[in-house]
Amino acid sequence: MATARPAVEVAGLHKSYGGLDVLKGVDLSVAAGEVVCVIGPSGSGKSTLLRCVNLLEEPTAGVVLVDGVRLNHPDTDLDAARRRMGMVFQMFNLFPHLTVLGNVTIAQRRVLKRDRAEAERVGRDCLARVGVEDKADAYPAQLSGGQQQRVAIARALAMNPSVMLFDEPTSALDPELVGEVLTVIRDLGTDGMTMLVVTHEMAFARDVADRVVFMDAGVIVEEGLPSQVIDDPRHERTRTFLHRVLGPQGSVGPGTTSTGRTHEYH
Amino acid sequence: MAKTTAAPVNLGPVPPTPTTAGSSPRRRKRISLTVQYAVFVIVVAAVALQVDWAAVQEHFLDLGVARETFPDLLTVALRNTVLYTLGGYVLGFLLGLVLALMRLSSVPLHRWTALLYIEIFRGLPALVIFLVIGFGIPVAFPGFALPGGIYGQVALALGLVAAAYMAETFRAGIQAVPKGQLESARCLGMSHTRAMVSIVVPQALRIVVPPLTNELVLLFKDSSLAFVLGVTAATTELAKFGSDVAADQADSTPLVVAGLGYLLITVPLGILVRRLESRRAERG
Repeated sequence: MATARPAVEVAGLHKSYGGLDVLKGVDLSVAAGEVVCVIGPSGSGKSTLLRCVNLLEEPTAGVVLVDGVRLNHPDTDLDAARRRMGMVFQMFNLFPHLTVLGNVTIAQRRVLKRDRAEAERVGRDCLARVGVEDKADAYPAQLSGGQQQRVAIARALAMNPSVMLFDEPTSALDPELVGEVLTVIRDLGTDGMTMLVVTHEMAFARDVADRVVFMDAGVIVEEGLPSQVIDDPRHERTRTFLHRVLGPQGSVGPGTTSTGRTHEYH
Repeated sequence: MAKTTAAPVNLGPVPPTPTTAGSSPRRRKRISLTVQYAVFVIVVAAVALQVDWAAVQEHFLDLGVARETFPDLLTVALRNTVLYTLGGYVLGFLLGLVLALMRLSSVPLHRWTALLYIEIFRGLPALVIFLVIGFGIPVAFPGFALPGGIYGQVALALGLVAAAYMAETFRAGIQAVPKGQLESARCLGMSHTRAMVSIVVPQALRIVVPPLTNELVLLFKDSSLAFVLGVTAATTELAKFGSDVAADQADSTPLVVAGLGYLLITVPLGILVRRLESRRAERG
């Protein structure tokens, strides 16, 4: 699975705000085509890690490489580098003043300088891929949370990213809408997209991830196959976390999530 | 999670409703309102009785004199007032937007320049700005004439003042756009400038439409300062026109008519602002 050069490589990553150390030396690499899920308690630094990967947060120390390009270097064209990474936020962050089609075409037209016809063709393809092609002319406020998040995924895909980053993509959704978004993400993984997913959905992580990373207190505590990290954790901290999240039975049945909800995302 | 069966709770004997003999809160409120209306009517009546209505009608509401002001009141004075105001507004809008972006810039030079500008032009009376434009510029730049003559001068003076106020309005609007909007735009590879232009500013403009309409009302009134630049019969505006005709006719009615000319524009604008604000409130 691993190719010569990882799609994403993070080494010795530190991030602190004032005196508060959020990341205390994180090393992580994601191979091309690999799906890595990052789990861990809130405040463990997993969202900050993701935001350092596309430099929404400037790392205090360490190296971030995407496709071999060092991002946190003054000479790097960050805007160009970010075009190769799609980011999906917890709160969707669609552009409310634009239609769905406007959302998926504006960056293509303004950044990639595609003409309108080309941008709309690509945009409609991406909307079809996430199953919201019939909402092209609607405004974000007219969509459900699940539809908005799928549009946000389509908006990122329209830029032909080589890596997709997901920051708790289903945490802001009503429970019955989580499944449709997870299905879309899983299908992307099946199609070979390189993905780094911060999530609380344990069943999803177990099902879709090639590798699960458990973070706590700003460091990676353990990582490995989902069956190992989620079902047979080695570290006490991982066990405590999973115990708290999954309940006393401690196992992940098919379609069970962190909160014990049942989803159908197949 | 444990469900308890609802058991009847004994609250003891029901206390008597607290009433003060003869004055419930509702009754007191009614008395208070009645008193307020009575005072209002008495004050209005007292003032009305003191006014010399015959003199008022002769000096302020002479229909014959009022007729004299037409059609120039509308075709020249109101037209020029609108032109001066719109010129100043467009200039103030553009300059204000640039100042707001500078104020939010990460470059200290931009921030300090914008802040200095805003403090100066918000702190000086508009009259002083008009005097500087009218008499300072010709002295400082001999031979230089602003394009548009008096129209250019008034637009520049009004625009410089309006820009300071509008910059602060735009800044508030830009800051009201959630941070996630800029972040997701940057994540799509947009530069900071591109993200501001395509994503943040369009949303900020929607937020500031009501306060910007208020600014238009203020500018309409400030356009009366054009007189300090020395307007002619062709370039006169409402206030100057009204006072000139009033002096000619030795009657103040033209001033009243000119005042109504302002209200003709500002009252509908006020209604528009309230509409926009309530529409925004409904949307949440």
